[in-house]
Amino acid sequence: MSPLQLEKEVGDATAKVGQGNAFKQKWIAREGDGLVKAVNSIKDVTQLDLQEIESTGDLKSGEKLLADLRKRKLVVQRKGQWFTVQKGANFTTSTAKPETDLTADMLTSGAWKTSTFKKYNFEAEGIPPAGGALHPLLKVREEIRNIFLEMGFAEMPTSTYVESAFWCFDALFVPQQHPARDLQDTFYISDPVKSLPPEPAYYKRVATVHEHGDYGSAGYRAPWSHEESSKLLLRTHTTASSAHMLYKLAARYRGEAVEGDEKEFTHGAKSTTAHGESSSNDGFRPAKLFSIDRVFRNETMDATHLAEFHQVEGVVADKGLTLADLIGFMRVFFKKMGIENVRFKPAYNPYTEPSLEIFAFHPMLSKWVEVGNSGMFRPEMLEPMGFPKDVRVHGWGLSLERPTMIRYGINNIRTLLGHKVSIEGIENSAAVMF
Amino acid sequence: MPTVAVDKVDLWERLGQEFSSEEFDALCFEYGLELDEDTTAEVEEAKKKGLPAQRPQLKIEIPANRYDLLCIEGISRALQVFLRKTETPRYKLVYPPRTKKIRPLFACAILRNVKFTPRSYASFIDLQDKLHQNICRRRQLVAIGTHDLDTLKGPFRYEARAPKDVKFVPLNKHEEYTGEELMALYESDKQLSRYLPIIRDSSVYPIIYDAEDRVLSMPPIINSDHSKITLNTTNVFIDVTATDQTKLDIVANIVTTMFSEYCAEPFTIEPVKMILPDGSTKISPDLSERRMLAHASYVNACTGLSLNSDQVSVLLSRMSLFPTTSKSNPDEIEVSIPATRPDIFHECDIMEDAAIAYGFNNLPHTFPPTTTVGQPSAINKLSDSIRLEWALAGWVEVLPLTLCSHEENFAFLNHVDDNETAVKIANPKTLEFQVVRTTLIPGLLKTIRENRSHPLPLKIFETGDVVFKDTTRERQARNERHAAAVWCNRTAGFEIVHGVFDRAMKMLEIPRISNADSKAETGYYMKETSGVYILLGGYSLSLISSQDPMFFPGRAATIYYRAPPSKRKASTFQHLKQDAKAALHINDDIVLGTLGILHPSVLEKFDIQYPCSAVEFTLDPFKKEMQKIWTNDE
Repeated sequence: MSPLQLEKEVGDATAKVGQGNAFKQKWIAREGDGLVKAVNSIKDVTQLDLQEIESTGDLKSGEKLLADLRKRKLVVQRKGQWFTVQKGANFTTSTAKPETDLTADMLTSGAWKTSTFKKYNFEAEGIPPAGGALHPLLKVREEIRNIFLEMGFAEMPTSTYVESAFWCFDALFVPQQHPARDLQDTFYISDPVKSLPPEPAYYKRVATVHEHGDYGSAGYRAPWSHEESSKLLLRTHTTASSAHMLYKLAARYRGEAVEGDEKEFTHGAKSTTAHGESSSNDGFRPAKLFSIDRVFRNETMDATHLAEFHQVEGVVADKGLTLADLIGFMRVFFKKMGIENVRFKPAYNPYTEPSLEIFAFHPMLSKWVEVGNSGMFRPEMLEPMGFPKDVRVHGWGLSLERPTMIRYGINNIRTLLGHKVSIEGIENSAAVMF
Repeated sequence: MPTVAVDKVDLWERLGQEFSSEEFDALCFEYGLELDEDTTAEVEEAKKKGLPAQRPQLKIEIPANRYDLLCIEGISRALQVFLRKTETPRYKLVYPPRTKKIRPLFACAILRNVKFTPRSYASFIDLQDKLHQNICRRRQLVAIGTHDLDTLKGPFRYEARAPKDVKFVPLNKHEEYTGEELMALYESDKQLSRYLPIIRDSSVYPIIYDAEDRVLSMPPIINSDHSKITLNTTNVFIDVTATDQTKLDIVANIVTTMFSEYCAEPFTIEPVKMILPDGSTKISPDLSERRMLAHASYVNACTGLSLNSDQVSVLLSRMSLFPTTSKSNPDEIEVSIPATRPDIFHECDIMEDAAIAYGFNNLPHTFPPTTTVGQPSAINKLSDSIRLEWALAGWVEVLPLTLCSHEENFAFLNHVDDNETAVKIANPKTLEFQVVRTTLIPGLLKTIRENRSHPLPLKIFETGDVVFKDTTRERQARNERHAAAVWCNRTAGFEIVHGVFDRAMKMLEIPRISNADSKAETGYYMKETSGVYILLGGYSLSLISSQDPMFFPGRAATIYYRAPPSKRKASTFQHLKQDAKAALHINDDIVLGTLGILHPSVLEKFDIQYPCSAVEFTLDPFKKEMQKIWTNDE
């Protein structure tokens, strides 16, 4: 018989295994193209083993051979369970079940005194309550808001997603040719077309300090474009709203009478003054303001960037504030957020001088990571608003998403903000306590 | 922020000291730089594997206003001074006897007897590129050209010519091209095509010629092949063209001062006399130092330190400035600012330099004594109560995006854009961000679509801002705080969203009144939307029309609110038009929002297979009056 014939007779797989084994046992030999018998009778051990397994469910020869047979897919191992039942101490022929729970009926009838109760499985989970849930990002927002409120900050109105380039950039002394103002980075508005002009005298002071310099500054000495200034855009930072609030704060210095003015900031109490000096009564009232709201960047979206996110911003305005005050204050603020170890790096920001990036030591990553930005607003921004030289304003900002992602161990921002967020994830997000 | 890669060994040599990665990182941090990457380990790794390896580099992030730190020459000079290893160099103009004739918004200079090495040559090219990408705004505002002076003959002319009259062999080509042909040639060039729009449509192109009518360059696109610089160039002619004088000066000064260190006599630059169109002359580049006054008292008042003017001077000299304490006034310091520091505008910039040299992290930790009263904003306080009550009622808060596609905000809801409502975005990168939403419904429906695997019913809500056009305001738009909820289940459940809305009203103590009750002082009521004749000047107008096709016919209601008499201020809320009012016998009630079963065609567009009911209403009328500063008055 030729190997080819054999293959046809018993099939490809069987022929392969059988032929190999038969050669190994020297049952057959090769003669020319064909296979011939080498012994007269054979003892098929495998067959005998299989018969033994079938009848006893085991093999005396041992685990090694069994493993071999399993490998050849001749046997499979199945687990079975057997129980042996015997009468126990509580054996009864009555069919009454033990009680699972205490009921109002049992209390009325007194049956609870005689009933037997089923053993409770304390390993089992309780029934999840069918409650609602707040969004994790907003839970962190609440926690940060509370820090501000505890420290005496008032929340600024920030309901102006649409801003003019004037308030978003020019008023902050951001040069008109600054890269942040590029189409690549900022969403501009096509409808409505442009903003109404701001108060003309203030507008002129801002344009002058940019184009020609003023208040002891050389200015950018670059051409000023009114068209650029009146463009509408989606705010790139809430500092646009802060600038508007500071402008309002300086109203008295500009000689404007503000209705209900005496009640602002202090709820009608007399203004407090810096460093315990007596009030010179020039109308200045210190202010501590904050906001946490949405900002927009024309970003290409990826795991760490979205076109919209939340900015946390704080502002302190008072006479005689110092850089040491800012640094000391930042340490307290971040400590309240659970960040103990911070240090400060000089940085560049068009509207603050000095500008400081805040780095915190991340114990898990075991390196310093940037957690926020801060600085003292430039005189070129404050003095056109009308503030006198000795009023200084601290500002700082951080994103709300970053601490939230760290808090919840989230790597992809799209699973935190937007419609792709899992509702189940929201339902299961833990409480936040800094 | 720009990142500059510097050769590590070269930098250590220049600083006369080797640093460990940690030490150098700390030095950068203190100075306001950021060490992004040290490629040493990478290079070692490659060497071990026998792969071709570059020299180890340090990648350093530079503040965007420090153009003088965009190359290894500038970084090492600044750090050497900071570490008190050397004095800040003073740049000198050395005059040769010759003149050149050129036009305005042009600057040029000559670096004589330069010796380039392959690395300093690469650094020279790289600095130009860094300047082009940053302050030059991708060559829009300023463009730099460099030439081998020995291939040219002065005087040079800077002219404007019609594109067809411009003809020369551009860099690395062998044939002549006209201005028009160059535009076509570089259309497909990845690098240069970006710069073509800067001059393409102009009737004339800027061009620089030498005395023998040979072209030097056609800024801001390309130099000529003839005058190109090479490693062997010894005399470099630098041309700078610009649309703005300040940036022109900054760029000319940075390029020349940084590379003047390679001249036979370091830090010398040969100036060029320019003849302007009006016949006047000017020396270029202008490297004169600016003088500013600083005061120790100002530095102290801003930083919280108590230094005298001598101590401040020492700090300033470490920051590459030239301070001199005044003899007449012990508080005054006269500061000369070198041409390499155009980032200094105001005394506050000098104050910052003093603070950096002192070390931000060495400043005392004080706490501002400012005492104020804290308070949340009225609108956030209000929407927080709704959020909490709805979550307690078993609903889940979601947070979709504010920006959406035009379709999602209009066509998907069976609404037509009247062009009076939504703010539109001019330059979105994707279609997802075409408009600022005027309703919360699309975001909620998208959230439902993405949460198919969540067991039914889905009950979600959001309180957030929508934006409407408002031509009466400076910013031409106004935010409005809305609250909305959507229920999604096997049955539509109108009464369920109705219930969650009623709950909100109950928590705000707004009584339910009958829609026929014209006598009730205050409260809310509902009317079937379909068939109601409404002529509104519109509060949330986009949601309201004679029949709202967003909802299933006969299963849609409009919610009205009658404010208490004390709060009915004509200026605050929009009212029904007088004639409509007369016709319908309704009083000053405002439309609060809408409620109903969503139309199956809406569900289909949002790819939702189960019925949904939705409610959306404005929260603004319920805002509490607070201290004036905290209102939303603009």
